[in-house]
Amino acid sequence: MTGLSKNIQALREKKAVVEMGGGEAAIEKQVAMGKLTARERILSLLDQGSFNEYDMFVKHDGRDFGMDKKEFPGDGVVTGTGTIFGAPVCIYAQDFTVAGGSLGLQHARKITKIMDHALKMKCPIIGINDSGGARIQEGVQALAGYGEIFYRNTISSGVIPQISLILGPCAGGAVYSPALTDFVFVVENISKMFITGPNVIKTVLGEDISMEDLGGARVHAEITGNAHFYARSEMECFDQVKRLVSFIPKNNMERVKPVEPKEPSSKLNIEEVVPVDPKLPYDVRDVIKCIVDDSDFLEIQELWAANMVIGFGRMNGATVGFVANQPMVLAGVLDCDSSDKAARFIRFCDSFNIPIITLEDMPGYLPGVDQEHAGVIRHGAKVLYAYSEATVPKITVILRKAYGGGYIAMNSRHLGADFMLAWPTAEIAVMGPEGAANIIFRKEIMEAENQDAMRREKVKEYIEKFANPYVAASKGFIDSVIEPKETRSLLLHALALSALKEEYRPAKKHGLPPF
Amino acid sequence: MVMEENDYVDFVVTARHYKTRLTKKYMNRPVWQKQLPEDVVSALPGTVIRIMVKPGQQVEMGELVMIHEAMKMLNRIVAPVTGVVKEIYVREGDQVGKHHLMIKIEPK
Repeated sequence: MTGLSKNIQALREKKAVVEMGGGEAAIEKQVAMGKLTARERILSLLDQGSFNEYDMFVKHDGRDFGMDKKEFPGDGVVTGTGTIFGAPVCIYAQDFTVAGGSLGLQHARKITKIMDHALKMKCPIIGINDSGGARIQEGVQALAGYGEIFYRNTISSGVIPQISLILGPCAGGAVYSPALTDFVFVVENISKMFITGPNVIKTVLGEDISMEDLGGARVHAEITGNAHFYARSEMECFDQVKRLVSFIPKNNMERVKPVEPKEPSSKLNIEEVVPVDPKLPYDVRDVIKCIVDDSDFLEIQELWAANMVIGFGRMNGATVGFVANQPMVLAGVLDCDSSDKAARFIRFCDSFNIPIITLEDMPGYLPGVDQEHAGVIRHGAKVLYAYSEATVPKITVILRKAYGGGYIAMNSRHLGADFMLAWPTAEIAVMGPEGAANIIFRKEIMEAENQDAMRREKVKEYIEKFANPYVAASKGFIDSVIEPKETRSLLLHALALSALKEEYRPAKKHGLPPF
Repeated sequence: MVMEENDYVDFVVTARHYKTRLTKKYMNRPVWQKQLPEDVVSALPGTVIRIMVKPGQQVEMGELVMIHEAMKMLNRIVAPVTGVVKEIYVREGDQVGKHHLMIKIEPK
């Protein structure tokens, strides 16, 4: 054996040790929990043969409690670079087989190094979380590590897309890194996220709850809104990540590379999807499918605040963000959660140069003590803020109901919409005809012999006068009243026209959205 | 505001006791209760317009069981699970509040 080949042999042996992570027994445990190992996850997600691992030989810093005698291969985290559909990404995956994926200072430094790399190279960062939490033996060093990660999450926010996969426990302070990122993916039975676990809750409050009910995948996908994508298996999750990456740009200075344009493939007739009777529900995603290329729509936060639909589609090959009221769920009302959902998505699109199409059909804000006390005022204000602040092309199509504060909030002309289109079924007014008639014609109705008949007559009068798009159109608040069939072609026209749109805001350090 | 010594209560955070005061919001917080997937519960206050099922009837998950009018919309309420309708707690024309148990299904 020559000198070089001996050295190469030694390197391979060193690498092989690190690649075994926590060793066979620990890997068996990981597999028994239905989980892939950290390296398997990275290899499944990236293009074949594209992964280049960094910092394999980093050693941990623990000196106390006998930690100095322990070896932690790779210090419990795998980091590196690779590609997805040929586009570069930086990636890290915590390795639960090594010291439970616990985070010490060197573990964190590996992560922050790859995060810094992503920010410098202007490519997305993907983090795979599977960790028992802070390595308590390292004390405040572990906290320092978390803090340095959160700081980078914040600095990178709006510059490069940040994606988090929760593929195991993610508890205590660890949850804040995913929460600061743009998209969080969870997997049934595998993901667990909470600040304090069931044991603490039981001790302190006496409330009995399982880990799954407290912070399982379904809870975060449906109730808290912390997760954006929900999958039944890790492989499904990786497919979702890849699909998302195909829709978003590498950084905030670029646009997404357009793909081959396609006509919508949906068999649905857009004229029949939306019932003329404003009281009848339908699935607004069917409207989107009649509009977007290949009827291909990537919905985000499908299960949470389902009265608002958000997601990506393509128009003439280029990515567009959709924000749409969903009459099929809670009648499509605006409330705290749906406002938060829409506002954050609008801000993502604005940060990453993605035009926004708003499809509007909503009866107003959800009335109720719980909503008022939950702060619907400040939550609802986020939508106003996000739309007003956004400078990407903003297009609205009013399908049916556009009442009151909701009309203003859903990307109205008054908040800076570039194109306002309305279907002839649009009803643009201060409130629904029943409510409005009761107020405007209160006296006539009260004094009438047959109050119900008078009320019906006045409601009819109001509908004829105001429940249409023409009053708003007469003021120029709507640019065009269009036939539903014309929707796609007019949207394509508007997008083409606004491709070079430039709009500026006064210089400032940052605005103050009502968080 | 003058605070009396006895305003303070014992409060446990991460295995240590602290003396502190509580907020009204904290004291009035609802206690978590597990929601059964087989319960059809109203999501909004509204009116029961039509009930399409009867007790004892077999239903498939996703099958239309009720029309519930709320927020100016005739909402379609579907069976959350496949099973047999065990009990119906509302009648057509009933006004129901939020989180009202309307139908119970025995899952199969």
